[in-house]
Amino acid sequence: MMPVLSVSGLTASYRKNKVLNDVRFDVQPGTLTSIVGPNGAGKSTLLKVMLDLHPRLSGSVRFFGKDYSKAKSRIGYVPQRGSVDWDFPTNALDVVMMGLYGKIGWLKRPKRMHRDLAMGALEEMGMAAFADRQISQLSGGQQQRVFLARALVQDADLYFLDEPLAGVDAATERAIMDTLKVLKNKGRTVMVVHHDLQTVEDYFDQVLMLSRSVVAHGATAETFTRENIFRTYGGTLRWMGEKLG
Amino acid sequence: MSLALSHNAQWVLFSTLILGVAAGVMGCFAYWKRQSLMSDALSHAALPGVIIGFMIAGSKNLPLMIGGAAASALLGALLIGWIRSSSRVKEDAAMGMILSVFFGLGIMLLTFVNRMGGGSQSGLDSFIFGQAASMVRKDVFTMSGLALLVVLISIIAFKEWKLYLFDPQFAKGLGLSSRWMSSIYMTVLVLVIVIGIQAVGVILMAALLIIPAVSSRYWTNSFLWMVVLSGLFGGMSGMAGTLISTFGKGWPTGPFIVIAASTIFIVSLAFGASKGLLVLLLQRYAQKKSLDRPMSTQRVLERGEAG
Repeated sequence: MMPVLSVSGLTASYRKNKVLNDVRFDVQPGTLTSIVGPNGAGKSTLLKVMLDLHPRLSGSVRFFGKDYSKAKSRIGYVPQRGSVDWDFPTNALDVVMMGLYGKIGWLKRPKRMHRDLAMGALEEMGMAAFADRQISQLSGGQQQRVFLARALVQDADLYFLDEPLAGVDAATERAIMDTLKVLKNKGRTVMVVHHDLQTVEDYFDQVLMLSRSVVAHGATAETFTRENIFRTYGGTLRWMGEKLG
Repeated sequence: MSLALSHNAQWVLFSTLILGVAAGVMGCFAYWKRQSLMSDALSHAALPGVIIGFMIAGSKNLPLMIGGAAASALLGALLIGWIRSSSRVKEDAAMGMILSVFFGLGIMLLTFVNRMGGGSQSGLDSFIFGQAASMVRKDVFTMSGLALLVVLISIIAFKEWKLYLFDPQFAKGLGLSSRWMSSIYMTVLVLVIVIGIQAVGVILMAALLIIPAVSSRYWTNSFLWMVVLSGLFGGMSGMAGTLISTFGKGWPTGPFIVIAASTIFIVSLAFGASKGLLVLLLQRYAQKKSLDRPMSTQRVLERGEAG
């Protein structure tokens, strides 16, 4: 099968520091992959470089066999919650509607149909009751769900999520993971930057272990081993003793 | 001042109204792009361009002076961007530097022009504090036309502006080029500034961009209404300031516009329906009152669950 995402020789830096070095991997359709690695491993940078939000020094990224600019409409991106100012005067429904702006068409006004689509996505995330709520008045978990709803209305084939489970409540974590599994079962591909190693095995069928370059990549059961975790984190992890020791 | 304004004064009043609306709207965009202070740097940076435009034309030629103002404001913006990206100097320090260097350069050129003779009668001084009364019919038309253009650009692409200001990265993912949006934003911002400097002056132009936007934030939680209100407040300030300045001969317009805008701000701060001090005070009072009443355990539990 043709991979939905094919990355090779990807290198990028922040100022003078090389953050990504010769990153290469392929992702098969219908998989749910977690990207794990220590702080500064380049997880978020990897997403940003792939999505042309951060310059790359070298390497190639192909989506569905095409360049990003030609595959844009099939890709959904959920940035870190902290990347926007939640004090912006707008409500939850309005934010979700933004996911439809490409479909509505530039300079055109949204129609009833688009409103219903956005409402449906909010409902899917259990947020229908908060549609009219100011986004500044939502809890962190609720904001994250609004962001995911915005990605859902894009109806993309490939999703990237940057730390969607960071600092959210248990109910939100469940709602998000359920949604991601539904997407996967529909044949969509999902990649998630993830920080909680305890849940990797429960939540994801694939794991990409990153430390500036790819340490290991494959099915979670075979790849997420003690040895690979040591190689990725350099043995700095405190909890490893109790879990795998 | 007579209540029946002369024909010319009516046109001037109309043009400062439109200018105020355009500045209010653009000020909202600058506010959410966290570039309120940038507008101040840009308007100060416009001064040398105005004087150079005058020197080239040899007389007061508004299109040439507006062009010069735009060129030097954009040069200032480029320099700020360049200093920030190529050195360790932070943006606020870069803006402070460019603002004062360009303004100093402008004042220096102005002194030369005034010394050359004939310059002092040129009315160039009015570009510092603004003199709406110095505008002739042609200036009024140029200014109003451009201000209307700015308002039009904001209305047509309102949805796109909102997306770009809230989440530029996501906008890019949807295919809304951030390079294009940034260029259009900078162009429109500079346009508002340069058409405003004759009436409001380079020193105070930024106030007409910043204060209405900040005031409107106290009244609403909707971006659309914030922009509409900000335009309204800007228009009101522009008109009020111009009217007051007609009371005395040679009174500058800029300061009165700023005073009018600040008055609206103070009223908004106190009585604003969304975040005004009075509303906050009433809310706190109501909360305190409900706490003073003893609550049954059952109700406490219910509250805890609802919260």
